Amino acid sequence: MSRRIIGPFNRVEGDLAITLDTEDGRVRAAYVNSPMYRGFEQILVGKNPLDALVYVPRICGICSVAQSAAAAQALATGMGLQAPQNGRLAANLTLAAENLADHLSHFYLFFMPDFAREGYRNRPWFTDAEARFKAVCGSASADMLPVRARFMNIMGYLAGKWPHTLAVQPGGSSRPLEMAEKLRLKLLLAEFRSFLENTLFGDKLAAVAALDSEAALMAWMEPRMHRADFPRFLNIARDLELQRVGRATDRFISYGAYTAESTALFAAGLWSECKLHNLDIGAIREDVARSWMAGDSALAPDVGLTLPQPDKQDAYSWCKAPRLAGQVVETGALARQMVAGHPLLRDLVGRHGASVTARVVARMLELALVLPAMESWLHQIQPGAPFCLPVGDIEEMRCVGLIEAARGALGHWLDVRQGKIVNYQIIAPTTWNFSPRDEAGEPGALEQALVGLEVDENENSAPLAVQHVVRSFDPCMVCTVH
Amino acid sequence: MSNTAPLNLLWLQSGGCGGCTLSLLNADCRNLFQTLKDAGINLLWHPSLSEQSADEARNIIDACAAGELQLDILCLEGAVLKGNHGAFHRTQNGEAMMNLIERLTKVARHTVAIGSCAAFGGMTAGGCNPTDACGLQYDGDVQGGLLGEDYRATAGLPVINIAGCPTHPNWVIETFAALAAGDIREENLDALRRPRMYADHLVHHGCTRNEFYEFKASAHKPSDLGCLMENMGCKGTQVHADCNIRLWNGEGSCVRGGYACIACTEPGFEEPGHPFGQTPKIAGIPIGLPTDMPKAWFVALASLSKSATPKRVRENAVSDHQVITPASKRTRLK
Repeated sequence: MSRRIIGPFNRVEGDLAITLDTEDGRVRAAYVNSPMYRGFEQILVGKNPLDALVYVPRICGICSVAQSAAAAQALATGMGLQAPQNGRLAANLTLAAENLADHLSHFYLFFMPDFAREGYRNRPWFTDAEARFKAVCGSASADMLPVRARFMNIMGYLAGKWPHTLAVQPGGSSRPLEMAEKLRLKLLLAEFRSFLENTLFGDKLAAVAALDSEAALMAWMEPRMHRADFPRFLNIARDLELQRVGRATDRFISYGAYTAESTALFAAGLWSECKLHNLDIGAIREDVARSWMAGDSALAPDVGLTLPQPDKQDAYSWCKAPRLAGQVVETGALARQMVAGHPLLRDLVGRHGASVTARVVARMLELALVLPAMESWLHQIQPGAPFCLPVGDIEEMRCVGLIEAARGALGHWLDVRQGKIVNYQIIAPTTWNFSPRDEAGEPGALEQALVGLEVDENENSAPLAVQHVVRSFDPCMVCTVH
Repeated sequence: MSNTAPLNLLWLQSGGCGGCTLSLLNADCRNLFQTLKDAGINLLWHPSLSEQSADEARNIIDACAAGELQLDILCLEGAVLKGNHGAFHRTQNGEAMMNLIERLTKVARHTVAIGSCAAFGGMTAGGCNPTDACGLQYDGDVQGGLLGEDYRATAGLPVINIAGCPTHPNWVIETFAALAAGDIREENLDALRRPRMYADHLVHHGCTRNEFYEFKASAHKPSDLGCLMENMGCKGTQVHADCNIRLWNGEGSCVRGGYACIACTEPGFEEPGHPFGQTPKIAGIPIGLPTDMPKAWFVALASLSKSATPKRVRENAVSDHQVITPASKRTRLK
């Protein structure tokens, strides 16, 4: 058996290193190390609860609005506030803009460049993939970056700026829209739709959203694999059999996404043993047995503790190990769509289990599902009607905010006494997915997904299969530890 | 000075959120990578954007540190985490990140702090500062930080602080372009070593709430149209940055987004000593007066302008849309 450490693992958000034990050309065990700790949960103690809206977005530059939204939802719940409909719609739009931009950035900047690496030079699709997806110099990033920047101009109108807005408030949105701005936003959404349909999918969004099985997906891909980017990926993934790579526990959680209207666009729940269950938030515990954190037993997040212990024996990550009723679960776009019940993902996972392919397909599918919803939310906004309610002083409250970031389930648990935060606990999506082992020795989701991968033990650089599996989760390491 | 060979740029991240990189991707240009080239920059490695991972990336970093690869611009995004001998951020081989950063700053021709965390400590140094976070050459507004006040990069400049939380993409791109053109000297940096290109302006310049400011017609809750200075914690009249001259994400800025300027380009902004959304006052008068404005004049003008406030301005200030529109009148020159 041999051991190697892979790091710095780049094209993920933040810092990551992975230790692999390999034997007979396969990964026997993986240890995921989140090597950087800042301590936001400690920084927030003693603060005015509304000041959380300044601190928490700065946990993460890529999930910034998601962090704001979780805090705002927790504070609104604690105060019993129901934002006016315009404010709720604006919150949906702001979060959706971040989530879709993140899906796009991940696909083009973080994930696809690995298929343009030398190791794939002999594959039939390589020449095309290299020209299109090579990091920094590929034609795809040149096409995508200005489109993404234009799309993010939505944030200029709705949120002042991105990242790190204060427009997302417990009472609604601080940014009322005028009619002219609503029209500009409509045109920006149309521009983005045009890029998705022409360049990413090579088809109408409605046609992508309607794909309902692996067979339908593959039949759809065939005529498009030389002229659009998502079909290009599907062709590569089929050749490399990435639908068989990267399975974790096949237990998925989602807190439910986009709640402005009477029902969430994507429902909350737990998908486990091939069935949908209610999600019991009370069954969440954070284990710190192998984390550089003080504490003996796994605690519920509403009474959680974050106290660093850098010299702890047998620990190997700053990340805690959240568990749902003691079990390792996966979260993210794939989990969201499994819980929401999209037939394409249910079919893909039903056939092969979770995989690199399924995770990427879920993110791309969400671009096709959410943009039309954004168009509808924008249409419902009424300039001139209220966007925000005033907020009074907060003396005592215990509250929780649960939202879906691009990368999955994000929860904030607050305890406020005498007008000050006394405890603030955060469990981010990648905290779930990239957790270390727990007290029982059970590895986290990524650690399980890497086991069994074929690797060349003489290869100098990080094995490509490992890189695909790690990036398929779209990890955000700055959120993970915060 | 004429342009010569492109400058090799290495970008590292430590105690921050990655938001300055994400903000850079918002740059309003046809292709950011081409723009960097056009600015005279050769990107050696960036943690979010480059192909090289693990050993390949490490080889680039090590070659820079060893002087085998010329390091013209070292960028750090995020604070330096000094606590516990650097245990809060270690590289994959166990070296404290702060040590690696320090080694690289010794060979770098220019050292650039990207964002307020790398410049001053920023948000990561907030609260009890659990990781003993500081900036490259500042700890808050005190010179020193990781490198000490006497540090100079090999080309002779101190650390250039592109402060902001996050930084505006153009502040970063223009600083790179100026370095590549040999156009930054010490006198082009302000007292906090921020490029004067953006730091010689106040956030107040170009604020669209100017009419409300003139009359001290003030907002009372988020989404009100009025001036945010009197009640909502806005520091735009004191804070150095051109946020309302060169906008964010197309047509945005904090105050245009309906919320206060919280002074994110200034050291110590993370601990203002009052709730961010409330203006601290003594006897009803904001403590933080506009920059260069004598207090007596401010009080006198504020009280006069309040009593002169037109009904339209007064009522619109506390509404989320114009309830009274400006009167039409003939404006031809007489």
